Amino acid sequence: MLGSWQVAPLTAKLGRDLWRIKGQAAAIAVVIAIGVMMQVMMAGLVASLSETRDAYYQGYRLAQVFAPVARAPENLRAELTRIEGVAQAETRIVGAGRVEIEGRPLPIAARLLSLPDFGEPRLGALFPVSGRGLDASARNEALVLESFAKAHDLKLGEPLTVTMNGHRRQLTMVGRVQSPEFLYTAAPGELIPDDARFAVLWMSRSALAANYDLDGAFNEALLSLTRQARLTAVLAAVDRLLTPYGGQGAYGLEDQFSNRFVSEEIKGLEVSALVVPPIFLAIAAFLLYIVISRMVQAERQEIGLMKAFGYTNIEVGWHYMQLVLAIAFAGALLGCGLGIWAGQALIGLYTQYYKFPFLVFQMEPSAFVIGILAALGSAAAGSLFVLRRLVSLVPAEAMRPPAPADFSRSARWAQGLTGLMDQLSRMILRRLLRQPWRMAGAVLGIASGMGLTLSMLTIYAGFERALDLTFQVLDRSDASVAFLRPMPPDALSALQRLPGVWQVEAQRHVPVVLRNGRHSHKSSLTGLGHQARLLRVVDDKGRQQELPGAGLVLAKPLAKILNVQPGESLRVEVREGARPVLQIPVVGLAETLMGAPVYINLEALNRLLQQPGRINAAALEIEPGREAEVYRQLKDMPLIAGVSLQAEAKQAFETLMDQGAGAMRFVMGFMAFIITFGIVYNAARVAQAERARDLASLQILGYSHSEVAYVLLGELAVITLLAIPLGSLIGHFLSFAIAEGFSTELYQVPARFIPQTHGTAALTVLCASAVSGWLVQRGLAKRDLTAALKSRE
Amino acid sequence: MSLLSAFKRPPAALFDDPAAAKQQRGPAYITRDLTKTYGEGRSAVHALRSVDLEITQGELVVLLGPSGSGKSTLLNILGGLDRATAGQVHFLDHDLTLMNDRQLTRYRRDHVGFVFQFYNLMPSLTARENVELVTEIARQPLPADEALALVGLGERLDHFPSQLSGGEQQRVAIARAIAKQPTVLFCDEPTGALDSQTGRAVLRVLADVNRKLGTTVMIVTHAAATAAMADKVLHFADGQIRKVERNANPAAPEDIHW
Repeated sequence: MLGSWQVAPLTAKLGRDLWRIKGQAAAIAVVIAIGVMMQVMMAGLVASLSETRDAYYQGYRLAQVFAPVARAPENLRAELTRIEGVAQAETRIVGAGRVEIEGRPLPIAARLLSLPDFGEPRLGALFPVSGRGLDASARNEALVLESFAKAHDLKLGEPLTVTMNGHRRQLTMVGRVQSPEFLYTAAPGELIPDDARFAVLWMSRSALAANYDLDGAFNEALLSLTRQARLTAVLAAVDRLLTPYGGQGAYGLEDQFSNRFVSEEIKGLEVSALVVPPIFLAIAAFLLYIVISRMVQAERQEIGLMKAFGYTNIEVGWHYMQLVLAIAFAGALLGCGLGIWAGQALIGLYTQYYKFPFLVFQMEPSAFVIGILAALGSAAAGSLFVLRRLVSLVPAEAMRPPAPADFSRSARWAQGLTGLMDQLSRMILRRLLRQPWRMAGAVLGIASGMGLTLSMLTIYAGFERALDLTFQVLDRSDASVAFLRPMPPDALSALQRLPGVWQVEAQRHVPVVLRNGRHSHKSSLTGLGHQARLLRVVDDKGRQQELPGAGLVLAKPLAKILNVQPGESLRVEVREGARPVLQIPVVGLAETLMGAPVYINLEALNRLLQQPGRINAAALEIEPGREAEVYRQLKDMPLIAGVSLQAEAKQAFETLMDQGAGAMRFVMGFMAFIITFGIVYNAARVAQAERARDLASLQILGYSHSEVAYVLLGELAVITLLAIPLGSLIGHFLSFAIAEGFSTELYQVPARFIPQTHGTAALTVLCASAVSGWLVQRGLAKRDLTAALKSRE
Repeated sequence: MSLLSAFKRPPAALFDDPAAAKQQRGPAYITRDLTKTYGEGRSAVHALRSVDLEITQGELVVLLGPSGSGKSTLLNILGGLDRATAGQVHFLDHDLTLMNDRQLTRYRRDHVGFVFQFYNLMPSLTARENVELVTEIARQPLPADEALALVGLGERLDHFPSQLSGGEQQRVAIARAIAKQPTVLFCDEPTGALDSQTGRAVLRVLADVNRKLGTTVMIVTHAAATAAMADKVLHFADGQIRKVERNANPAAPEDIHW
């Protein structure tokens, strides 16, 4: 048993050792800190966002089931309430419309929702931002969704021209509100959220009922559920009840557009929180292993001395382990602090991005514990290998000057090769071969860093490719027009006749639920002409696919979700009109990077629905320079629900990519570079320290500075050159995994082999290597030769 | 390759007649007021205090003195490993104190051989390769095999340092130092890590190099008995040369005991 007075000197040694290697220790602690920071920050973000979302949903009574219906009598509400598992039921009127904003050439698609004339809605409450509530007696008042009002800088009291059910009305905005139902909004037929191009307005029930001829009736039911409720059973019961009234199929919250988007984003963060921190911790463990193994090597005499004094293996081992743990703990603490700081900094941005009206800020306590334990654990694991060697050291042997390292075996490995070399090159090669595992470790470390950099570059290119494919290859229209309801073919000719319109293509979008066994997906069919030119269907080779007589062409990710192959067939439940249930074969797969569309030949679609010649949308190609003229004319066509411009859709996509989860790729790219540089620099520093004596000897023998630098840097160069092809390989596969992680149902990030990104990544590694090499060789000129010879090892 | 044939080779770079009698030669080194101070102010350590010295070409000089007396510092400055704080060091007709790093490297490469207490061999190179390390860059080197034969290691050419004993490693170090046919051979405690028998064998080699190649040899040592084999003995204390002894009849290394 050691008394406290005996421990003190070891503790002092620990402190001095730490101080001596402070540069390297700090670098490793920072790598650990980054890992822990990511863990704490992301777990905190995920926890805060989920909590906030749940609190918002609950506090403002967001419905858990949405049941659209053509027209149902208000007294049906009581029956809905009686369904087993339903806690609350509310009815409302939902209408499509469009809003004209001053200074904007095109009308904006809008959704109008009713609020009870008196009292709060049972479900779907609103968070008031400014202004006041609706006056039930006034027929022309509206509340406007905050994000839309903000996007267009609408002032309270401002008049709005709204077309409802084909009639133009003047409304007054009396309040701005937020709603958990509309955290994200997108223009009709589009998947990418865009605050500016979709308006959400609330009016009093009676006013809206008058406009949509729904007095005493509703066209959407909202339900909340009890804890024990089974969603599928409730949905089925609701459908049974509403079908006679034109029910279009009830769906749960997970299929609700805004919620689906928010949940996907939070899930993306969650995945990153799982994947990223372990990478950093593993690298830190590797670096610690290198540093400690070097220290034990250099301190043979001290270790022998301690053992000679009677310290046990465990006590000596614990002494070095403490050093490792101290670095890891310092890193972990720093990481926790940084994590809290970064979490707090980011959560504000995220709240804004997610449009939560308030924030439940929460740091996940388990993240701290997990972060610290993982840091300590991985650091200790990395060092255990070294400590094993320490145990086997015999005191007497340790006290003698170190025997020269044995190179006789490694020399045999490459006898043929070294025969052709000069002595300096031989030294490089034999040293590398003597500790092949360490060389492999350094190569692997640098290769991983490069792989990470490469995959980030590939992901950047993937985002570019997604934009390019979507807006240059697939959708070549300038604008698309949505009609209020299915129209006869002459609606198309009306568009075609507009001056300035070059080309018009008919489309029909039909909401459906697709099922294959237990897999299902809420989607919509896109009916296109046989050889559509403006919106094209393309296979994975970029060739246009024709749409055959009957059969579906599925976006690849959707085929994966539904687990279906071409040749098999899907059950298609149409959610409009007579709501037929069809069995349609899958005839092909389409390359898409945005959304998960399902294409079908327009004529075949109409035949299946028994509504020949119907269309509800059109793609337009407009003569350059005459856009304004065309927009003006479109504005005056009452049956058009909305017009969306390709340029604006592209802009919205780019914005989406640069914010939120998409922005994480820049952070990760930066981290990847830091890691690469850290590993390369550490490898160079270790090589320099281990060879100090050899290098000094060479200088004493009369070798010039550059010749000595060759021995030091040659090793780094070989390791770097070996790491590059391996890094290419790792990056190639890693990019697929990371692309998968970044992809959501809304958009896919493609990972492809792009030679340029490999070149850039290799160049990054070479630069890191060159800078590290330059930094360490600087030390050669300055040092004291004789001191280097006298120093240990 | 016999030992003798090595000795018949042309002499080292700067000397026309290495085998000639030592008395006829000029000075190899002259120092004037040579001073070396480490640190500044009150913590300054005066390693050398105004040392005036003359070393004749072809001499075997032993530097004796307690630890910290300045002998290794002098060796390092003469060898171009360190710089004087003040004073002058002349090597033949060059002033070492005026040389830059590049010139000092050149000087070490062409004229100086070093032997250290802990050998400082490259563990990754065999005995022969360690010697070739020097012969690759020297102007008029001995073949590596010959240099190793000179130190009695003709049989263990392809062994790595880890496969050699301490005495053998030191002999490889000497072979490496003399393979370039240096003008001067500096030895800092060359027998410090060896037992006495091995130490004597190493001293024998040094004496042979001095006698047969005409190389000026300077040996720093703690072992006073070594002085018996020197032409000149410099006694160091407190950074100064306290006494210079000359030996008319140097002893053979085999007769030295410590």
